[in-house]
Amino acid sequence: MSARRVVVTGLGATTPLGGDVATSWSALLAGTSGVRLLTEDWAQSIPVHFAARVAVEPSEQMERVEIRRLDRSEQFALIASREAWRDAGSPEMDKERLGVVIASGIGGVTTLLDQYDILREKGSRLVSPHTVPMLMPNGPAANVGLELQAKAGVHTPVSACASGAEAIGYALDMIRNNRADVVVSGGVEAAIHAMPMAGFAAMKALSTRNDDPTRASRPYDLNRDGFVLGEGGGVLVLEEYEHARARGAHIYCEIVGQGLSSDGYHIAAPDPDGAGVQRALKFALRDAGLTTKDIVHLNAHATSTPAGDVAEANALRAALGVDADHVAVSATKSMTGHLLGGAGAIESVFIVKTLQDRLAPPTINIDDLDPAVTVDVVRDKPRELPTGDIAALNDSFGFGGHNVVLVFKSL
Amino acid sequence: MALAQADVLAGIKEIVEEVAGIPAASIEMDKNFTEDLEVDSLSMVEVVVAAEERFGVKIPDEAVTDLVTVGDAVNFIVNAAN
Repeated sequence: MSARRVVVTGLGATTPLGGDVATSWSALLAGTSGVRLLTEDWAQSIPVHFAARVAVEPSEQMERVEIRRLDRSEQFALIASREAWRDAGSPEMDKERLGVVIASGIGGVTTLLDQYDILREKGSRLVSPHTVPMLMPNGPAANVGLELQAKAGVHTPVSACASGAEAIGYALDMIRNNRADVVVSGGVEAAIHAMPMAGFAAMKALSTRNDDPTRASRPYDLNRDGFVLGEGGGVLVLEEYEHARARGAHIYCEIVGQGLSSDGYHIAAPDPDGAGVQRALKFALRDAGLTTKDIVHLNAHATSTPAGDVAEANALRAALGVDADHVAVSATKSMTGHLLGGAGAIESVFIVKTLQDRLAPPTINIDDLDPAVTVDVVRDKPRELPTGDIAALNDSFGFGGHNVVLVFKSL
Repeated sequence: MALAQADVLAGIKEIVEEVAGIPAASIEMDKNFTEDLEVDSLSMVEVVVAAEERFGVKIPDEAVTDLVTVGDAVNFIVNAAN
């Protein structure tokens, strides 16, 4: 069997910048921050009073009865998947050749905590019978699989903030290995709640710039002080190339490789040498059959933490060598905040749009570029990318030392 | 306290509308919870708990399987209350 190539034929998203891909993408190019002060009373009880909530509430995009049976993460998954499936032309196909791989870093954590409150305050009889299907981390994938009647397999890789990218890589494997012809893939997160935020704050992982929320997520800035929690999700429809051609689908680009590695260093801190990141990048290029010369853009993990951004940048410089000089690096978390398990997914959506429009999105909020950052960061305004064949990378890392690099190529 | 059948039906209509999103106007005594009103086994648990709270009656688990139609539920609650 000749190698099966995989292309992207549909995109969907709901993000802090917009309720769909088009709105999110134009806000991203315009350099808009999606970060806002939280209005809930509990926000004042924790050290961080802001986050990046989705721009459009699910209640504006779904039926009320659907909402009450679904965790917020599942709502995001369905909203983004419906857009992506429509965008792919709602392919008529054998559902035994359709798969779903949608990740979440934390799963239905707000359901878990809300139902625990009900258990303590009102007793077990009033705990919702929907609790378990809502809190299980595979719930977003399962609900999308059910709606689309996908029967080739429904999966949920979990690797903290690398989960979304890992899901897309798993989907790539499913098609390459001939388990499926089409896979709906991505990641979601809905963890804006006092408890997980208090936990992240206790790790000193979150920015505490309460007096200036829209300027708090500032990857590569000298005065960055942590990440900003975001929510939402992104979905890509991956499809075997000949399958897409046969049905006359619109093809955005090709996904040509993935690289995976693990640090074996620390449960939460990045390896300062970035050896794991370098290995993942090297494996990804080898899998893609490309070299560092082919790469013109990278959507970085860059979460705005003091240690993480520099460790990543050093690893990129080491892995890309002199070719890093022609790689336009964008840190879109400066606008979206950090969607944890949704991050690699929305950033992959952005890469596909970047290749389509040949425009790398900006990184905002860099007042003073950290001199330790030796990659070419796209600041403040989008940057035009070259014509001809171009390729771009997404890298995502998760607590636990998980590293994922995905490679997309123009077609 | 005695409950009137009409009052219980009105209450069940409100509960099913809340749980399953079916307009109260289309809910009648002869409607089947599963087939007509899209109340699956999990949502039925919600309906039962809400009805118990609202009407002050106990609906045992073994009785729930016999509540096939809205009328079954209404009559069970009326009998249990009286």
